[in-house]
Amino acid sequence: MTTTAPAPATRPADAEQQPSRGTRFTSWAANYVDERTSMSGLVKELGRKIFPDHWSFMLGEVALYSFVVILLSGSFLTFFFQASMAEVEYDGSYVPLKGLEMSAAMQSALNISFDIRGGLLIRQIHHWAALLFVAAIGLHMLRVFFTGAFRKPREVNWVVGFLLFVLAMAEGFTGYSLPDDLLSGNGLRIIDGMVKGVPFFGTWISYLLFGGEFPGTQIVGRLYTLHILLLPAILVALLGVHMLLLIVNKHTQFAGPGRTNDNVVGSPIMPVFAAKAGGFFFIVFGVIALVAATVTINPIWNYGPYDPSPVSAGTQPDWYIGFADGALRLVPPGWEFMIGPYTVSMNILVPILVLLVFLALVAVYPFFEAWITNDKREHHIADRPRNAPARTAIGAAGVTFYAGLWSAASSDLIATHFKLSIESVTHVIQALTILGPIVAFFVTKRICLALQKKDREIALHGFESGRIVRLPGGEYIEVHEQLSEYERWRLVSYEEYRPVMVRPDARGRISQGAKMRSAISGWFFEDRIAPVTNKELEEGSHGHH
Amino acid sequence: MAKSASSPRPSRPARTGRPARSTRTGRRSPLASVALLVVGLLATGGAYAMFTTAASAEEGGNASIATADKENGEKLFQANCATCHGSNGEGTNQAPTLLGVGAASVDFQVGTGRMPMAVQGPQAERKPPQFTDEQTKDLAAYIASLAPGPDIPADEYLTGKGDVTEGAELFRINCAMCHNVAGAGGALTEGKFAPSLKGVSAAHIYEAMITGPQNMPVFNDQNISPEDKANIIAYLTYLDEHASPGGLDLGDLGPVSEGLFVWIFALGSIVAITVWLTAKSN
Ligand code: HEC
Ligand code: HEC
Repeated sequence: MTTTAPAPATRPADAEQQPSRGTRFTSWAANYVDERTSMSGLVKELGRKIFPDHWSFMLGEVALYSFVVILLSGSFLTFFFQASMAEVEYDGSYVPLKGLEMSAAMQSALNISFDIRGGLLIRQIHHWAALLFVAAIGLHMLRVFFTGAFRKPREVNWVVGFLLFVLAMAEGFTGYSLPDDLLSGNGLRIIDGMVKGVPFFGTWISYLLFGGEFPGTQIVGRLYTLHILLLPAILVALLGVHMLLLIVNKHTQFAGPGRTNDNVVGSPIMPVFAAKAGGFFFIVFGVIALVAATVTINPIWNYGPYDPSPVSAGTQPDWYIGFADGALRLVPPGWEFMIGPYTVSMNILVPILVLLVFLALVAVYPFFEAWITNDKREHHIADRPRNAPARTAIGAAGVTFYAGLWSAASSDLIATHFKLSIESVTHVIQALTILGPIVAFFVTKRICLALQKKDREIALHGFESGRIVRLPGGEYIEVHEQLSEYERWRLVSYEEYRPVMVRPDARGRISQGAKMRSAISGWFFEDRIAPVTNKELEEGSHGHH
Repeated sequence: MAKSASSPRPSRPARTGRPARSTRTGRRSPLASVALLVVGLLATGGAYAMFTTAASAEEGGNASIATADKENGEKLFQANCATCHGSNGEGTNQAPTLLGVGAASVDFQVGTGRMPMAVQGPQAERKPPQFTDEQTKDLAAYIASLAPGPDIPADEYLTGKGDVTEGAELFRINCAMCHNVAGAGGALTEGKFAPSLKGVSAAHIYEAMITGPQNMPVFNDQNISPEDKANIIAYLTYLDEHASPGGLDLGDLGPVSEGLFVWIFALGSIVAITVWLTAKSN
């Protein structure tokens, strides 16, 4: 490494040994900065942070890097976008819209697409990166959930991450609404409908939001402020907290030889990880750019300017809002009723409530699990999903529920593409959304237990090698191949929870909460496969082949 | 709005060709939208009923079927269609009457391969046509001779040239709710669907509008003038001739296909790369 080269002063005479001019400059610059900021301590500290390498630990990075891409491309877009709903006549180069009245916002979005060099590419990079951003966050959250990486001391960071997820969706939705094309207008119309579904205040809130009757002339400007100022500011701040907590808490790792709850095995951030991460940023950027350069996203020129009367077939929100759209589509007809002069729109209120409850459950799950297990220890070893059957099953149920809502948002396309009737598609998805999670829960739990059982078998008796040997006595046996210590480690080191017993507290009383905890935890952990103990291992290796 | 002034704007029952500025900013309660929808549906139905009478008033005598061989058409009809539509086209319990549907309907149904119908399904689907263009015109001439109905459109409207902007706007207002803004198609109830309009010939587009096959409403000349029909055709032709400026169009299906693409291809390839990067080197 160039920066560790001996200082030039020690060998003045030898010309060949003199560090190159570049090296001299870097050490001078590093010195200059350090003398004025005392950064070297921090850099040293940070640089020695260890980052374990498993592919799933890079998903958060994918989200981070797509966010950087979003910031860069978004800044470019702000140079040209006009967040105004003033009516103008389009005079750009896209022929089928020429001469049409539209808002300045739509016109500028079209100009970015057709009349500003590289504009369409940047617009598409921005939008694809946004889709990728939320998708990567989603996958990252699933990884954290299924490996139990949200347990103490990382519960708070889970909540921060959850907030980032919600903010990302909000950023996405506000961005989707900016071009003021037909699609975004229809999306806002749905939001408007949902807001107006709120009893008593709905209409007031809607008027406040849109500055008058929908669509009004305000909304694009207001969403723009949220989209480029308020939401990104909060997002960046929370992102900082997220990273800081990551450093403070250190990264989790999967169990393995030499990997314990008290250390982290991997490569230090400086220089290996930093170099890898830098390279990885460009890989993510590259994939986004490749997609954006070859695949259309949100062809606003097809949708045309917003106008409240037309609606296109196949009007959908971007994927991450799909679950909300799907929830609305799944409600059977006839749920609204009147109380006096007020319409109570249960068809809107119930889905909103269901979505809020679902999101809230995601946010508080770590605390719920901590309470159930009554586990106050710190955990730095990531669980293999099978070793926490109840949690994995709950996760699978949640994923199934989300998938049900999500697929409902594309019920019309499922119908046309698989030649089904939209009614039967809707009914099937209704059933899947309600029954699917229950089935998923039990199936997943059984699968986890079965996998654990298999692991236990293998740890104790080794693999079936397929080699059949005839013993001198005439008996046939199959030779089992024993695992190496390293391989076995993975299989036997996990924690086992037992149902929490009801115990009287210090004052000799049993609280209602304690009873409930014991009941739930019994349900959680009554089926379990105990990890292999050392004793069993010893017996196993002597007694068997 | 200089362009719309030049073309005669028909006054249609519910949906105006281009919204006046007042619709954007006007105060309208959400119930009004529902009411508007109901009125729109009623009006479409009304227009349909009106059309059946209006159409029969128009006399036949189109150039393209004037030269056709009516007798041959009758023979073809008896051989291929009469089992379902009755020997005089009067209809049976299997198929509707063809009296008054006009040459346009026959040319559309037979020319797009929908007729003779092959399998019972939610709707007769487009398939490779079974008759030559000449035979189709013969059939059309025969049916037109039974009772007057809408004609095969004149060539002047089928050039694919016209005011694309106007056509695009009319398409978004009148057709996109079923066929999608880019003409990619969409779902209707009970397994029926509005098909994709990619690659449909100008004549068939025009005929679909004036005959309203199955669940499609009829757009008669009071609804959309022949010039505006030509404009719509011009827009659809434009879409056919110009690939999406942004690259692959993913079937023009909107955010759903974009979402699937980002999960499967973008995130998929990035995950593959992460697996590769973290793989143990040995
Ligand atoms: C298997 C039965 C069947 C056969 C054979 C058949 N049709 Fe049809 N036809 C139908 C049915 C059912 C409908 C109504 C539903 C539809 O439009 O798809 C119909 C509709 C039509 C229409 C549209 C009527 C309207 O209201 O606009 C025309 C035109 C037509 N058929 C012409 C023909 C011709 C010409 C032939 C012979 C080449 C033919 N059909 C053969 C069953 C049949
Ligand atoms: C209520 C929904 C609806 C509306 C509105 C509608 N269509 Fe259709 N359209 C349909 C359906 C359903 C069919 C399929 C009919 C069939 O298969 O016989 C169809 C078929 C067509 C076809 C034939 C496509 C093919 O593959 O042969 C054309 C062309 C067409 N429509 C054009 C239009 C145009 C242009 C408009 C607007 C002026 C329009 N449609 C409005 C529902 C609609």
